[in-house]
Amino acid sequence: MSDTTLSRADPSHVATIQSSYMAEVQRRRLYGGLTLLIFVLLMVSGFMIADDRNAGGFWEGLSQVGDYPAEVLSEAWEKRADLPGLLVKYFPALIETINIAAVSTLIGAAAGLVLSLLSTRGLARWPRLIGLFRRIMDIMRAVPEIVIALVLIFVLGGGPVPAMIAIAIHTAGALGKLFSEVAENADLKPVEGLASTGATWGQRMWLGVIPQVAPNYLSYGLLRFEINIRASAILGFVGAGGLGYELRNSMAWGPGRFDEAAAIFLLLFGTIVFFDQLSSRYRNRLTEGDRT
Amino acid sequence: MSDAMTLDTAKTDISALFRRKRLTAFAVPSVILAYFVYIFFAFDIPGLAQRADWDNAVTLASDSWSHKVHVTRDNSSGEMEYSVEGERKGNYPDGQRPAWVSGEDIVTVDLGGDHVVRFLDGTATEIEIPGFGLVEARTEGRTVLTNLPEAVPEWISVSDRRVGITTPEGRITITGSKTEVFNYFPGWELFFFTFESPYHGQPATRILFGDRIDPERANIVGAVQDFWNNAMWRHKDVVWAIGETILMAFLGTFGAAIIALPLAFLGAKRFAPVQAARFGIRRIFDFVRGVDALIWTVVLARAFGPGPMTGALAILVTDTGTFGKIFSEALENVEEKQIEGVQSTGAKPLQRYRFGVIPQVVPVLLSQILYFLESNTRSATIIGAITGGGIGLMLTQAIQTQKDWEEVAYYIILIVLMVMLMDWVSGKLRARLIKRSH
Repeated sequence: MSDTTLSRADPSHVATIQSSYMAEVQRRRLYGGLTLLIFVLLMVSGFMIADDRNAGGFWEGLSQVGDYPAEVLSEAWEKRADLPGLLVKYFPALIETINIAAVSTLIGAAAGLVLSLLSTRGLARWPRLIGLFRRIMDIMRAVPEIVIALVLIFVLGGGPVPAMIAIAIHTAGALGKLFSEVAENADLKPVEGLASTGATWGQRMWLGVIPQVAPNYLSYGLLRFEINIRASAILGFVGAGGLGYELRNSMAWGPGRFDEAAAIFLLLFGTIVFFDQLSSRYRNRLTEGDRT
Repeated sequence: MSDAMTLDTAKTDISALFRRKRLTAFAVPSVILAYFVYIFFAFDIPGLAQRADWDNAVTLASDSWSHKVHVTRDNSSGEMEYSVEGERKGNYPDGQRPAWVSGEDIVTVDLGGDHVVRFLDGTATEIEIPGFGLVEARTEGRTVLTNLPEAVPEWISVSDRRVGITTPEGRITITGSKTEVFNYFPGWELFFFTFESPYHGQPATRILFGDRIDPERANIVGAVQDFWNNAMWRHKDVVWAIGETILMAFLGTFGAAIIALPLAFLGAKRFAPVQAARFGIRRIFDFVRGVDALIWTVVLARAFGPGPMTGALAILVTDTGTFGKIFSEALENVEEKQIEGVQSTGAKPLQRYRFGVIPQVVPVLLSQILYFLESNTRSATIIGAITGGGIGLMLTQAIQTQKDWEEVAYYIILIVLMVMLMDWVSGKLRARLIKRSH
């Protein structure tokens, strides 16, 4: 279309081209402006609705944001001598939180690995069932951990196991999707080579695909571990044990026990930052190793 | 000579490598195995079987897809009551009762499978159970008297104060104050309309195409109104709660993006030459991320009270840190040529950013933001459960009452659909963005 217009163009048409270009620019600006306007309207009205449905208002609350941390900090500072003791006291809870995250990452990654291989084109054991396995992963990913955790707490009682299962299910879905994206780009030649020797599906995957994708998988797994530590702390808050559970208890006591809350805050913060740094360092190494 | 030397070293190198590989091939699985053994005892898996309540599991599994109708006699006044799930909102209107209940003076409840319960005069009740016989019971004050033998099967529980009989067709409990019969049916009863609604029990074709059922309102309007205001299933509240949850995710994600973008410039090497400032900004990002949504939720809930605003702010603060980090990494990878091109036209720094940098990073950043929008919908459900807002709160409340499992199932289905919808929308938008930027 534009080619034919251009080929016919003579100098007098340059003006038309220019004006149509300007019109195009104006239309783009108009659309851009409209999108921006709609976005701003959505944000403002959303803010107003949220403010309206919140127990405390945004503007009154804003001035009080610092109050609670200040209270906790000042009380913790007064009792700073107890702090090391409290850190030791809550250390087992911290270990439990990390254990929940670690086990669920391991189990979730293993399940995600199998699911991803089963749902990758070219690798799947049963190519017809690819869609089914993908839907299973979609659902596993979509269910928030808290839903499974709360239902399991009702059946299994409180403690780390419901949280572990809940996080593992979500991890399997989330990692399965990422893993399968990586596996899609894997070189199929080793798989074919193995197939020619009569290797079973499991052997083909284990020896032909896994070595290719392992660095990426490990890197995703580490990232997931970091996310799962946070998830495990949150689930503790609804009764699944670990640091989150202790945090809720110490908060329920209110003033007078703020030193305990402060100790738990500190442990949680330190752990998250520690594993964050650790995993990002290892992930950098893994991906850089990939490049060389 | 030297060739043989290199060959030898190469050989030893290779065999060392193989030894190492073989070692890791065994060491990694055995470490993991050892860890699982440790976890097996640390999490007290052997004790789990005792702690687990399988009755709860059965209740949960059967209640989530079925409902029960209660037939209750007040043993002091003799008044009969019929209601779905034993809730006032599910009461049968006066003069109406289920079709499997008959008789005027003696009310007979046919549970099916030849199980029959008869409410006799006064406080007396007789229960016909095939293969077991006729159970007679009556109450005197707070005591329950029956003809049950000393030894009863395990599906019957007897004490002076309470008799409970669980049959495959239904359940009967008798106490001094009331005699209650539960009859179970599959499905979610009163899901569309409660008994108060004139549309209850009407076929869909009649509502859509038939004459006005309620003379005051057009059929479709009335049906939608009654469905929307259904007191049993609270569709209105549920829709609002889901809206609140999505709102939290939306406000939090985009609010964080708006705040993080300018800060990210300060944290990127190319745009912030002062190292100290860059370091400071990056540590702030790390701190905000490290504090984590849980602690932010707890702290912010103190200031703002429960509700969607608190949840939105908790997401906003946490994600400002995450976005700040991601954005400044993206900004460090921008192409210099486009900025130089814009600069060659005499553009000022702000214009250079606007026309040289932003167009390069916007597709990448938007795609990240959309990805987070989906994952934050899930977070908003969880944060809502803690801070008290949205569908997360409704779900936790329903689970904590430990009886409305059909409502729990309803909410879970809606949550999954909500997250999948957000996933789909964000995926579609991301695909469009990527197509456009190529």
